[in-house]
Amino acid sequence: MAADTELTPTKYIDHHLTHMTVQVKEGAFWALHLDTLVTSIILGIIGMGCVWLVVRKATPGVPSRRQAFVELMIEFIDNEVKNTFHGNRHVFVAPTALTIFVWVLLMNTMDIMPIDITAWVTENVFGLHYWKIVPTTDVNTTFALALTIWFLMIFFSVKVKGLGGWMHELFCTPFGKNPLLWILNLLFNFIEYVSKPLSHSLRLFGNIYAGEIIFLLLGMWAATGVAGTVFGTILGAGWAIFHILIVTLQAFIFMMLAVVYISMAHESH
Amino acid sequence: MNINFTLISQALAFSTFIWFTVKFVWPPLLRAIEERQKTIADGLAAGERGRHELELASQRATDILKEAKQQASDVILQAEKRASEIVEEAKRAAKEEGDRIISGAKAEIHHEVFSAKEALRQHAARLAVAGAEKILRREVDAKVHADMLASIEEDLSNG
Repeated sequence: MAADTELTPTKYIDHHLTHMTVQVKEGAFWALHLDTLVTSIILGIIGMGCVWLVVRKATPGVPSRRQAFVELMIEFIDNEVKNTFHGNRHVFVAPTALTIFVWVLLMNTMDIMPIDITAWVTENVFGLHYWKIVPTTDVNTTFALALTIWFLMIFFSVKVKGLGGWMHELFCTPFGKNPLLWILNLLFNFIEYVSKPLSHSLRLFGNIYAGEIIFLLLGMWAATGVAGTVFGTILGAGWAIFHILIVTLQAFIFMMLAVVYISMAHESH
Repeated sequence: MNINFTLISQALAFSTFIWFTVKFVWPPLLRAIEERQKTIADGLAAGERGRHELELASQRATDILKEAKQQASDVILQAEKRASEIVEEAKRAAKEEGDRIISGAKAEIHHEVFSAKEALRQHAARLAVAGAEKILRREVDAKVHADMLASIEEDLSNG
């Protein structure tokens, strides 16, 4: 927003898509998107903290309204996990699903925040020129989550089936035990192991990023005058309402995929 | 869209949140929910048990009622029987008593009749003797006919 010279559409969009970056070390990899990291951690603390505050005083008797809400959410997630995962889900899988859902939902919901107002606040209240408030529009976030799930997948594969069992699965499924098929099987599994985190993370990233871009494009109507502003506002409101569905759905899909991947790692073929 | 150190830091944050949820968020709520489920299950079981007991009790009550009715009708039957027995006995006793009274009265009447007859007969004999004396005094010597008179008198008194 605070362009020093003329504000062109390109500059407007560029500004909104630029991360607040700090350099940890020399080198392109060692850049850190501070906005993504700080926003997501704050959201995570708010989300999990709220749930924790309610749960800490959870009573087996008649629940308070807040507890009933949290229970509703947790039982919904627990049911989904129960249908997919057939081990003791309470040890790890179900709490992980809850974390993913709450956290990703909150991060996605940042997308609905009015972009220019939040940009104004971060600029003028906190003095931060660049600050993207939607962590899931940063591909680093979605990849971080998907790769964590990916490592958990491999961890549970090895833990449940043993290293030998996992290797057997890599070489002997899906086509069969014949040594001639080993390479083909391995190739197939390799593609699967690569495509899982890619599709997992890019689905979330793409949906939320595209939503953000559309908000930006609608925001540019304001540059065309009063009629354009009104028009842009109406469209923006419509898109925001529709986006409520998208952010929830994407958080749910991300959670379900994580549960499915971890469940598949528990099952031997 | 460039991969950088953010990825690693986000992964760390994610892992921390997972750890927090696994350790602090999930167990207490699960405990509360499970405890409530147990309470509800217990309540339902108690309700079921109560219902069953009620059924048993009502059945027992019906049985007792039936038995009591049976007993009552038995008692009534016995009482009726006893009552009719008593009535019969009383009738019999009354009849006996009546018979006795009647026979006593009859005997007395008989006796009265007999003594009245006796008295009448003696009276008649005496009258006859007196009449005969009066007749004979004119015609017969009392001494001569004393035997005859005595036999007549005897006949009359015996007849």
